[in-house]
Amino acid sequence: MVDVNFARRRPSSVIALHNVGELRERSVGDVGVTIGAGVTYTELQDRELATAVPALAQAARTVGSPQIRNAGTIGGNIGTASPAGDTLPVLVALDAVVDVQGVGGTREVPIDELFTGPKRTALAAHEVITAVRVPPCRGPQEFLKVGTRNAMIIATVSVALVLDRDARTVRVGLGAVGPVALRAVEAERFAEATIDWDDPVRSADATLLTGFADRVADAARPIDDHRSTAGYRRHAVQILARRALQRACSHG
Amino acid sequence: MADPLSYRIRVNGQSHDVCDAWIGESLLFVLRERLGLSGAKNACEQGECGSCSVFVDGQLVCSCLVLAATVPGAEVVTIEGLTAGGGTALTDVQQAFLDEGAVQCGFCTPGLVMTVHDLLERDTLPSELAVREALAGNLCRCTGYGRILAAVARAASGRAGTNRDSAR
Repeated sequence: MVDVNFARRRPSSVIALHNVGELRERSVGDVGVTIGAGVTYTELQDRELATAVPALAQAARTVGSPQIRNAGTIGGNIGTASPAGDTLPVLVALDAVVDVQGVGGTREVPIDELFTGPKRTALAAHEVITAVRVPPCRGPQEFLKVGTRNAMIIATVSVALVLDRDARTVRVGLGAVGPVALRAVEAERFAEATIDWDDPVRSADATLLTGFADRVADAARPIDDHRSTAGYRRHAVQILARRALQRACSHG
Repeated sequence: MADPLSYRIRVNGQSHDVCDAWIGESLLFVLRERLGLSGAKNACEQGECGSCSVFVDGQLVCSCLVLAATVPGAEVVTIEGLTAGGGTALTDVQQAFLDEGAVQCGFCTPGLVMTVHDLLERDTLPSELAVREALAGNLCRCTGYGRILAAVARAASGRAGTNRDSAR
């Protein structure tokens, strides 16, 4: 809509989807969480969804302003595929699956296969995102974001961290430090092997936190742009990763 | 160029015919330029400033980011439709802005008043942090926000007092 207001785009036709009730449905159950593409950032903070996927609610809360969060949707965030999209590192860390519908039928796309570059996706021109599904996951989650102010800001760097206590896995997603939201696989393996899963509070020492944060920084592929420098982004992602793991472990 | 479009929208409880419009027109443009409702202000046109805030089906949104052609079937409320008891009297929030001197040039005021109404509907006695978070999308370049925060506190405590009175 901003592109239309600034005459960068002149649409000749528009398909409005916000009255399609099915796109606004959500469900929380044993098989995981399903969130319709039309669910807004405000709705992602509803108690049920915020309890089931807290990092997604945390990320949603950092998007724009109340006005923007009432209008913007998770499907829009995914489809825009901005490297700085706030929910994207969370969805990547959660191994989300995106439901896509086109003229030939439906298909499901793992979230990390959907993003092919900055603002580029594997969607065909005739396809729409209908929902995103997140597998069940029990354990602490964190989303942290740095920008030039605390509100109304596009991320300079963001980090999403998901601990699965049952599977004893650590998943970390990085925003705005690469062409797409990235995983930091080496850092995940290190943390999984180093955390004392029976006593995470005690295991959160310098060896774990620094080793994890350094590996996260190594996984980042930041660039210099009008919002920040590669050097600052690599520094910030390391700090945020350390803080996220410290907080997650402190939940015990 | 797309074919001209005609549709009907509901604003402040009344139906309005929008004729021969372009499909890319924002709700803000239609309100101001076609319906003559100039209360919602046009400043940034990119959702940054909140001056154009309106309710669409009860949701506070930036009207500059809403495609007007998607609004038929919805109820739009603008600052012009925000009155106490259906008359022309000021709402408690508007009165609190006056009482606290929270208005300087006034350009941001309609959007702020809409946002404060939205906040107080959801949270009758918000903490200062909650107020600041709620107002994050409304830019004011005159006041420094101090008097706006005071106005929100005044409106909130006024409502709390009213609720106490009616509970007696």
